[in-house]
Amino acid sequence: MSQEHKLSMSIDIENLTKTYDSFAALDDVSLNIKSGEFLSLLGSSGSGKTTLLMALAGFVRPDAGSIRFAGREMVFEPPHKRDVGMMFQSYALFPHMNVFQNVAYPLKLRGFKRADIRKRVEAALATVELDHLIERGITEMSGGQRQRIALARAIVFEPRILLMDEPLSALDKRLRETMQLELRRLHERLGMTVVYVTHDQREALTMSDRIAVMSQGRIRQIDTPVNLYERPANRFIAEFVGESSCLPITLQDGQPLFQGRPVRGASVAASVKNPSLVVRPEKLQFVTADASDYNLLNGRVSDVIFQGESQLVQIDLGEGMAVAIRRPTRSSESNRLPERGEAVVLGLHLQDTLVVGDDQ
Amino acid sequence: MARLKQNLLAAVTGAWLYVLVLATMAFLVLPTLIVIPMSLSDARYLSFPPKSFSLEPFFSYFASLEWRSATGVSLLTATLTMLLATTLGTAAAYSLHVTQSRVTGVLRGLMMAPMIVPTIFIAIGLFFVYARFDLNNTIPGLVLAHTLLALPYVVINVSAGLRSYDMTQEQAACILGATRLRAFFDVTLPQIRFSVIAAAMFAFAISLDEAVVSLFISGGDSSTLTKKMFSSLRSEIDPLIAVVATLMTLLSIIMLCISIMAQRKAKRAAA
Amino acid sequence: MSAGANALNARELRGAGRRERWFLFGTGLPALLLVLLTFVLPIGWLFWLSLFDAEGQLTIENYTRLLEPIYVLTFVQTFKISIIVTLVCVLIGYPYAYFMIKGSRWLANLAMALLLVSLWTSLLVRTYAWLIILQRRGIANDLLMSLGLTDAPLSLVHNLTGTVIGMVHIMLPFMILPLFAAMKSIDPIYNQAAATFGASPSRAFRDVFLPLSLPGLAAGATLVFVITLGFYVTPALLGGGKVQMISMRIESDVSMYANWGAASSLGVVLLVATLLMLFIVKKSVGLSRRSE
Repeated sequence: MSQEHKLSMSIDIENLTKTYDSFAALDDVSLNIKSGEFLSLLGSSGSGKTTLLMALAGFVRPDAGSIRFAGREMVFEPPHKRDVGMMFQSYALFPHMNVFQNVAYPLKLRGFKRADIRKRVEAALATVELDHLIERGITEMSGGQRQRIALARAIVFEPRILLMDEPLSALDKRLRETMQLELRRLHERLGMTVVYVTHDQREALTMSDRIAVMSQGRIRQIDTPVNLYERPANRFIAEFVGESSCLPITLQDGQPLFQGRPVRGASVAASVKNPSLVVRPEKLQFVTADASDYNLLNGRVSDVIFQGESQLVQIDLGEGMAVAIRRPTRSSESNRLPERGEAVVLGLHLQDTLVVGDDQ
Repeated sequence: MARLKQNLLAAVTGAWLYVLVLATMAFLVLPTLIVIPMSLSDARYLSFPPKSFSLEPFFSYFASLEWRSATGVSLLTATLTMLLATTLGTAAAYSLHVTQSRVTGVLRGLMMAPMIVPTIFIAIGLFFVYARFDLNNTIPGLVLAHTLLALPYVVINVSAGLRSYDMTQEQAACILGATRLRAFFDVTLPQIRFSVIAAAMFAFAISLDEAVVSLFISGGDSSTLTKKMFSSLRSEIDPLIAVVATLMTLLSIIMLCISIMAQRKAKRAAA
Repeated sequence: MSAGANALNARELRGAGRRERWFLFGTGLPALLLVLLTFVLPIGWLFWLSLFDAEGQLTIENYTRLLEPIYVLTFVQTFKISIIVTLVCVLIGYPYAYFMIKGSRWLANLAMALLLVSLWTSLLVRTYAWLIILQRRGIANDLLMSLGLTDAPLSLVHNLTGTVIGMVHIMLPFMILPLFAAMKSIDPIYNQAAATFGASPSRAFRDVFLPLSLPGLAAGATLVFVITLGFYVTPALLGGGKVQMISMRIESDVSMYANWGAASSLGVVLLVATLLMLFIVKKSVGLSRRSE
């Protein structure tokens, strides 16, 4: 279903394939990106996320497949005819032009008039809060400033699709987190469709409307951040998005068992391969042995690690298995943490219990 | 005692090194310098101190129609060669840079081949082929031949410039709406311009100085300066030649300076 | 899984890809055409010519003729000159390149500058200058006589001596520049390491620096040797007719005798000798590097 709005366009990807010498960078990828959506392509290197983005931009010509923007076939179009905005990892600003000329370049190519160009460039730079640096040279700019200039250049001609290739990876942590929120706000204001490539799952969770997790040239799961986190489709997703320990469970007459005890609150189909219990650190709680709405785990504390805003308690469950429980740092007595060597009972609430299998 | 002997040995070796190097430096620069005083005297033998001062050779040079014509031919050929070789060579270097296939290596080798093959062999081959197509004693023939000889140097220089250039910028220009050609001229070329300038200087100098091929394929009205010099030197030493030599040397030094400045700027831009 | 032949848009995408590749290749096409027409074609033709005699009959007599004494003499003299020039360039060039690395900054820069000035000065101009310097009443003889090293002016030009002097001058930059580049890439840390093991500077030089600089030396020497083999201008002007190199024989075969069979076969032999030398050196340097 193609949608075209004033501000954004939908993207339909169908059966996209790209092979390099027997290495499948893209393996029959199909995806529908809604108009105005912020979609992240999340994966480790070699997963195909960058290849997919480059195919959208036109720099990679797929071996087969279709790419449609608002219903119009684009897969044969060269990059300069695609009318999309793009931010590169290295920013790729032109050092022989100053800030104004860099940002004005796409407008110049489109034949805008001088006065018009001036207005739009100033507006774009104001959006990224750099209008005071408009006449400076590129080489004088810091990393963070260059990043904003690259952004201004990418949006100055009001593209309805914006492609971003790990644009924040060169920034330090604090600046990165600030920019993540700023990009989110920018997206809300300008409303274009954004395809965002990243290997940082936290970044994807922060910014996206939906996340497509990729590995080995295929999309493993595509869903909203909440669904991806709370209901991962398989163990790969569970371990890739957010912290988790996956504990192997056995099936007896369709009943999942962990360490011999039944696991309540989860139904597992018989066809699931290698079923595992997904245990996330923040979902575990210290409970007493008689807690009723919880699945119980018995273990011994092996380490307590202070991590600032939270503390991580590592617990040995025996048989070579271990989990971690994360507790916010608070001083009240009711939140006293156990010590090393102490035996503890952990509870996983029935509603937080999730069993997944391997990817099939 | 052994340490003293070692230090003495090092000092003596060091001194000899200095002497040898200084002598070599003098050896290297002497011929270049000698032509200038030679052109200011009408004696046939240069002695130090020079025996007579005279501007006679300059006057003879400017008065001679043949020499002026030869100068014009050489300068025109060098300029045209510079333009043709730089254009063709830059395009070739770009093509080799962006196409990464097995054929690229072979093509690059082919481009470099004129550097390895003895020039005399190329010269007689061209003479032979040109005779069939009536290209001997023509300026176009000269320009094509000189361009061939200059091409490897242009490709080497521009390739080096492209290697230290970030191609992503061209990609950025394309996604912003520029065709590949436009992107090349707007973004890539301005940034490799120093390599291109250095290459152009090379091409000009190679053409101006080219003696062997010109000997065969230039003649009559389109004799090059080098051919005329060569023939004159074979017979007798005319003081007028010193003037030609001086002018050529001055031109070379200017080219060299421009080239060095361009290469230095290219290195700085790549940093 | 790669795209099957009937996969979505596969055929059109392949075609578009081919078209783009041809476009990029086409940028280099003019240069390639020039090289084919002005280089490959003439040389191919020359190879062809060398196989025909004056009547147009297929023959190898152009090559067998090269075994005659006059030709052998020319070969021997050419190789002799090339070897001498190469050796002298090595002896003078190595210390010069070494100095450019180790010497005081200012002097080293001057050394490079003078080298470049020499390189960029026209070949003809430099050869002409040597003609002037080395003549009987030229400044070389003036200097030697005033220093009392000789009574009568020496015959320094229009013979082998003059030719060698001129050629060494022309070839020095070709020896020094590759050598300099190679020496520059030798990490000084090796010499420092040798010093910590107790080696004296001369020992460190002999055991560490010298072997590491040998590939660069080989490159420079090969370049000099190979270019000297085919050199024409300087021997023609400074040799005074007493020096006969292969290139000069080729020239006279063409301009005086219009004997294309002889000229082309000589040229082919020269080319083959050049390529052989380059190949041999490349292989032996490659071997020595592998054994390191």
